[in-house]
Amino acid sequence: MPQIPYILSVVTFLPLVGAGLILLARLFNKGSADGAARWIALATTVVVLAVSAVLVAGFDPSSAAYQFTERYEWFAGAQYFMGVDGISILFVLLTAFLMPLCIIASWKTITDRVVDYMIAFLVLETLVIGVFTSLDLFLFYIFFEGTLVPMFIIIGVWGGANRIYASYKFFLYTLLGSVLMLLAMLWMAAETGTTSIPALKEYAFSPTVQPLLWLAFFASFAVKMPMWPVHTWLPDAHVQAPTAGSVILAGILLKLGGYGFLLFNLPMFPDASKMFAPLVFVLSAVAIVYTSLVAFRQTDIKKLIAYSSVAHMGFVTMGIFAGNALGVQGAVFQMLSHGLISGALFLCVGVVYDRMHTREIAFYGGLTSRMPWFAAIFLMFTMANVGLPGTSGFIGEILTMTGVYGVSTWTALFAATGVIFSAVYALTLYRNVMFGEITNPALKTITDIDRRELLIFVPLIIGTLWLGVQPGLVLDYTAASVEALTSAYQLAIGG
Amino acid sequence: MPDLDLALRLSAPESTLAVGGLVLLMLGAFMGDRSAKLVSALSVALLVAATAVTVTGPLGQAFNGAYVADPLAVYGKALIFLSSAVAIILGGGWMHRTKIARFEYPILIVLASAGMGMMASSGDLISLYIGIELHSLALYVLAAFHRDDLKASEAGLKYFVLGALSSGLLLYGASLIYGFAGSMRFDEIAAYAATNQSTGLIFGLVFLICGLAFKVSAAPFHMWTPDVYEGAPTPVVALFATAPKVAAMVLIARTLEGAFAGSHDQWAQVLILISLISFAVGSFGGLAQKDIQRLLAYSSIANIGYALLGIAAGTTLGIQAMLLFMTLYVIDQFGFFAILLSLSRGGRPIRKIADLAGLRKDKPLTAIALTVLSLSVLGMPPAAGFWGKFYVFGAAADAGYWMAGAAGLVASVVAGFYYLRIIKLMWFDKAPEGVEPIDASPIEAKTIALAAAAFSFPLVMVGLTWLEPLARNAAVGFGAG
Repeated sequence: MPQIPYILSVVTFLPLVGAGLILLARLFNKGSADGAARWIALATTVVVLAVSAVLVAGFDPSSAAYQFTERYEWFAGAQYFMGVDGISILFVLLTAFLMPLCIIASWKTITDRVVDYMIAFLVLETLVIGVFTSLDLFLFYIFFEGTLVPMFIIIGVWGGANRIYASYKFFLYTLLGSVLMLLAMLWMAAETGTTSIPALKEYAFSPTVQPLLWLAFFASFAVKMPMWPVHTWLPDAHVQAPTAGSVILAGILLKLGGYGFLLFNLPMFPDASKMFAPLVFVLSAVAIVYTSLVAFRQTDIKKLIAYSSVAHMGFVTMGIFAGNALGVQGAVFQMLSHGLISGALFLCVGVVYDRMHTREIAFYGGLTSRMPWFAAIFLMFTMANVGLPGTSGFIGEILTMTGVYGVSTWTALFAATGVIFSAVYALTLYRNVMFGEITNPALKTITDIDRRELLIFVPLIIGTLWLGVQPGLVLDYTAASVEALTSAYQLAIGG
Repeated sequence: MPDLDLALRLSAPESTLAVGGLVLLMLGAFMGDRSAKLVSALSVALLVAATAVTVTGPLGQAFNGAYVADPLAVYGKALIFLSSAVAIILGGGWMHRTKIARFEYPILIVLASAGMGMMASSGDLISLYIGIELHSLALYVLAAFHRDDLKASEAGLKYFVLGALSSGLLLYGASLIYGFAGSMRFDEIAAYAATNQSTGLIFGLVFLICGLAFKVSAAPFHMWTPDVYEGAPTPVVALFATAPKVAAMVLIARTLEGAFAGSHDQWAQVLILISLISFAVGSFGGLAQKDIQRLLAYSSIANIGYALLGIAAGTTLGIQAMLLFMTLYVIDQFGFFAILLSLSRGGRPIRKIADLAGLRKDKPLTAIALTVLSLSVLGMPPAAGFWGKFYVFGAAADAGYWMAGAAGLVASVVAGFYYLRIIKLMWFDKAPEGVEPIDASPIEAKTIALAAAAFSFPLVMVGLTWLEPLARNAAVGFGAG
């Protein structure tokens, strides 16, 4: 296997190089640089995907240790410290996988300020991959916070009618969450004298300070996740964001919260995690049941899917704080699978929105007769979202529920009813939009998906089905890291 | 006399400025206002020379301990003198364009700098007061420099009256301290305070802190700030926002850490209270502002709160954090003011925040610079403002004041709203119809703006690797000098 030196830095900062190239193209091209910007962005993201494929191929899944580490002294006691384990490497791959699809999805729909748009996406890719690869507290924080800025701009410039409100809400909500995390990080650095995340995982924080630190990190990640009741920014942000923005938001940015729980809360503060686990279970169960019901009453397709995301993230938090191998495996799997499925669903919404420029459910109806291909694809992802066996959605839900069953049977019970509710809203949505006669004359001329759109969906379909029938693809990679994480956790809480 | 010789060599930076300023004054008096450009250039040279003298000069005490040259003073003075030089550069062209160019402007800044240098070096209560008055008197005049402008005159008068009041408070505190400790010198006061528990001394100290808090515009002594920022000529505000604040912060650190290190528990409470009020006033007060300079005034109140939190930590780490914070803050401020000075429509400077709408279309580079600076002051990593807050909160958390740190961070989220509004106006909104296009930017303002933005991000990540040891050296060396 060919090895690329400094591969993590390469995969992290390659998108920035692409952004720089777009800027150069803009400077040296007197006319419109839009075409060049699109092609450079696509090429960059494809190369990043290739490099991350090399990264995954060179990874040794049997070891729980951080691999491909790079470490240099920086200032302020911080270090430039990067590395991946079996969990984070898959998120890097997911990011690299979704980005080219987003670029293709925006190919024709974004016509205004294309250069800025592509740069914002590439910068966002660097920051997100940086979150997953950094192993230093402050490096993590820099990347984690940094993601706000390009997303703020993506929502604010290319969003819908109410984009300003949504972008402020998104930014300030998540900023408030993360400043508390920063304070906790400063305290930890002062207390332990190190900022290395692997070293902090080994450090035994006193049980008296653990709850406060846990809460500080929880404040940040719960908003990012988002957990009920701090989820209200998400529907607004989703509805106003452009399609590709929604894909990134649901597919990747929400995963930063779950990843943060796995990186900080569970391993570093086991006692507090045990103490607060019932709280998380209650919030998760409420999220699953309540947001499913809320989703049922939505009139806007995107908002419905946004609420469904909140419900699905409920499974993730529930699985993580079950604290056993099944639950955590399930949570990681659920995050990856949700990345594919929700991304695909938002792209489906994008398909009809691009044609009709509305997301009102009531506007549509009877699309199956005009758009058979689209109907099939949308049906597949609706089913995957519901958790039909054979799709990746099923594996994540069944694993997290099995994991949590032994810890809190009630939570598992509520989560299971949530699965039923999700079938209710998802199938209702599908019936209202796709079945029946076309009653709205505007829909008479709607066209089926074209080749470009099919090209976006094919990888997502393959991914969803493949992971559905062969979950081992993911689970083998995460097994060692999850095992190390959960056994340390169980040992720490004396279970 | 070798003693006097050493004293003169130690105080060379201030004497250079004082004598140089007087010579330039003669030059201006004989040549009239056509000498404005020449005097400006010579003043900048003088300030750079004073910086060089400071950095290369010897360390020690002079004038029976009234004057201290230690690494802290050197660091502070280098920052002060260079800030003053930048303010002269920014002001020269602007004064010329608005037809109020007078040779007194650079000379007043030079004389103020001599006072600010004195503040940074003061070793007893007398030199403290002389330094403060020397720089304040020059600044009062500068605030009203645009003398035909009603708002500028108002600003000058307000600044003068309230400044005189705060000087009174400060003097009263100083007299109490002298009365109880029996000495003016910081080290002797410290020796007295170490052995005696004196309520009178603490009483005097609180008055002293109030007087100094006025000079750095910390709430609740901030009332003059928005009015002066709004009324005074923009380059003068750029000076107010930078050099005097650095001087006063160094002075606060020197007084509290030098003379009252033993009473840390007492003054830390006062400083933290002032910090908390400043956070609240600065972040909430800024929300409703429409005038950019008023907004910057509130932003400066909040930011001074952060810097005071560093001093409140009462540790070497805290002093280092304060110095780094102020350094990065000064650079960001110059970026902001340079951008303000570079933007005008049809010859009229931009005053309202709403005038920034659609800036990306007219001036994409300036818009990017202003975005970077706004995000930096907001505290978005990895820009300069983030690292400033990072050091301060690190020091505060290290000293156990992490609830105050939490309050500061939450306030920064509130303040985030008004920085975001600037970004929103520039990038999301379109310029209103029918307004004149933005004029071509003067070269000196544009250069400084872009340089400050480039330093804020990304150069700060390299710049800090050499600023950090300098600040640490200054903080460690303080007290040993």
